[in-house]
Amino acid sequence: MNLDIRTPIGLLFLSLGGLLVIYGFFSDPGIYFRSLNININLWWGLALLVFGGIMTYFGRRKTKLRPSSTP
Amino acid sequence: MTTTLAWIDYLIMLIYLAFVLGIGFALKKFMKTSEDFFLSGRSIPAWVAGLAFISANLGAQEVIGMAASGAKYGIATSHFYWLGAIPAMVFVGIFMMPFYYGSRAHSVPEYLRLRFDEKTRGLNAITFAAMTVLSSGISMLAMAKLIVVLHIFDAPFASLGLSSEWIFHASIVLSAVIVLGYVYLGGLTSAIYNEVLQFFLIVAGFLPLVLLGLKNVGGWDGLRHSLPTGFTHAWVGMSQASTNPLGVEVFGLAMGLGFVLSFGYWCTDFLVVQRAMAADSMTSARRTPLIAAIPKMFFPFLVIMPGLIAIALPAVQEAAAQPGKAATATSWPSKGLIPAEAEKDPKTGEMVPKYLRQAGSDEPLLDANGQKQYAYDYNLAIPNMLLHYFPTGMLGLGLTALLASFMSGMAGNITAFNTVGTYDIYKAYINRSGTDRHYIWIGQLATLFGTIVSIAAAYAAAQFNNIMDALQLVFGFVNAPLFATFLLGMFWKRTTGHGAFFGLLSGTAAAAIFQSLTLPAGAGPGIKGGWLANLHTFPSEMAQNFWLAIFAWTTCFLVTIAVSLFTKAREDKDLVGLVYSLTEKPREDHLSWYKRPLALGIVVLIMTAALNLIFY
Repeated sequence: MNLDIRTPIGLLFLSLGGLLVIYGFFSDPGIYFRSLNININLWWGLALLVFGGIMTYFGRRKTKLRPSSTP
Repeated sequence: MTTTLAWIDYLIMLIYLAFVLGIGFALKKFMKTSEDFFLSGRSIPAWVAGLAFISANLGAQEVIGMAASGAKYGIATSHFYWLGAIPAMVFVGIFMMPFYYGSRAHSVPEYLRLRFDEKTRGLNAITFAAMTVLSSGISMLAMAKLIVVLHIFDAPFASLGLSSEWIFHASIVLSAVIVLGYVYLGGLTSAIYNEVLQFFLIVAGFLPLVLLGLKNVGGWDGLRHSLPTGFTHAWVGMSQASTNPLGVEVFGLAMGLGFVLSFGYWCTDFLVVQRAMAADSMTSARRTPLIAAIPKMFFPFLVIMPGLIAIALPAVQEAAAQPGKAATATSWPSKGLIPAEAEKDPKTGEMVPKYLRQAGSDEPLLDANGQKQYAYDYNLAIPNMLLHYFPTGMLGLGLTALLASFMSGMAGNITAFNTVGTYDIYKAYINRSGTDRHYIWIGQLATLFGTIVSIAAAYAAAQFNNIMDALQLVFGFVNAPLFATFLLGMFWKRTTGHGAFFGLLSGTAAAAIFQSLTLPAGAGPGIKGGWLANLHTFPSEMAQNFWLAIFAWTTCFLVTIAVSLFTKAREDKDLVGLVYSLTEKPREDHLSWYKRPLALGIVVLIMTAALNLIFY
């Protein structure tokens, strides 16, 4: 297969993480009474961004090095 | 109930759906041959196949059901993982995959034809195909019900001016169209890729839930102190049925769940085996279930723990979804976050909390303090946890994870159905000599057909609950003996086709007879059993189920041996690659140790044993 699954997974998590981080910055702090007053959108969004970045990096690196082979 | 879904929650769901369908479109151009469509061209790397292997099983029953069971029975639910899955996954990887992958069969029923004969394959193919569409229908129904209970689509429907009655139908059609879309376009590869994506999404949605919940109740120690002791130990009290929440004694548990049911599912069910058959090499195929076993053994923390946390919390009324009445109900009984089920009061016609009754009467069953005991709706454990802890934003992610789990379960069933439907039913009995293109087309048609039948099954299940229960019961009878047939077929070359076929039939018959003569405690004759006579009463439904499996398996095992000895065996040369003693052992000395299936299997078993010791 020519599509490395890590790339779409990485892109999905980058977009979801980015969205949550931005929302976490601008949202009303009052909504975080549910999550024990932790800004879970911001922190978990950051975690998703890191994971998405790692997946995208490995997905793209492999595509560049060996266009159509499998490990 | 106060669901605070905002635009961001819907945006997260939309992004997820766009990616799911996008993967299908991106893969469409690679679907050139029928091998591509049904077996991903046998090109999937081991880690991808491994994550798809557990994700395909991670449907509605898993996520909602395991949390419910955690809330009901406690950490003992993890036996369904540590005892009821891991050993079988190690066995299928090390011992059975060489025959599935090595025989070049396209499906598990096709292996049965190569090893035995046409009638054994036909029996397995037809029951399996019926079962997959039924389970995908049940998944669909569960998802639609949940969407209605959680009011997920209420706001968009209201803003479009549509009646909220349509939400249920729209949910069914929407889930069906999405799964149909990506399987139709990209075949098995699309299903597998989406299963991997869904796996990560499920972890991303549920892990913060468990972390927040644990922090809230004071960590594992805090959780232990706020629950009865039996709930935080997996093995204490297992020696007798009466001293543990499952109502099963250790032999029934180990043999029934740990051996017959677990090996019957993980080693013979094409739904999961198909993922390994799509792997890019024999070693990858063997590593698939072993790689899958590692996240699998930690899944109790993700899906059972929320159930435990839900009952450990003080009763919270306003955040809980209540099945019967609006949130204004002041004194609806609940256990932590889990509300009592609703039932209609025959006198007033109002929805009231359902309480447990004494056997054979309408009198309430009272506890030691003279209080009514209620029937709790444990299936709401996960949904109510999400609503309790997640603010807008994360709530969207949590609900998306829930939808992802429903869809991966559904797609798993649909891909298994289209392959068996095409290779083992259409190609075997209707048209043997079609072109390769023709079979891709039939596969797509089977995908469409399977989805339509699933929708019909979902509506049938919504209308007639008993019919579905009865069907599932019958499938249970068919499945219980299956592993005996595979075990004998793979490891005893003398086993014959007649032996396998009649062994399976008598195993199924034995299961039906067993069920008709026994009952679980507290049930009357009917769907639960005992419709001929009641010779034995089991302490729980689970115990009855485990012993039924043991009984059916043993019958099939003995009858298969007996019939095989009286019928003519096949010649050795016909069984090369199909039977253990006549197949060359795969060579793996060139691989580094952690890539060798046997070494990986031993590591997995040691880790599982350690988890059992920690949570004994």
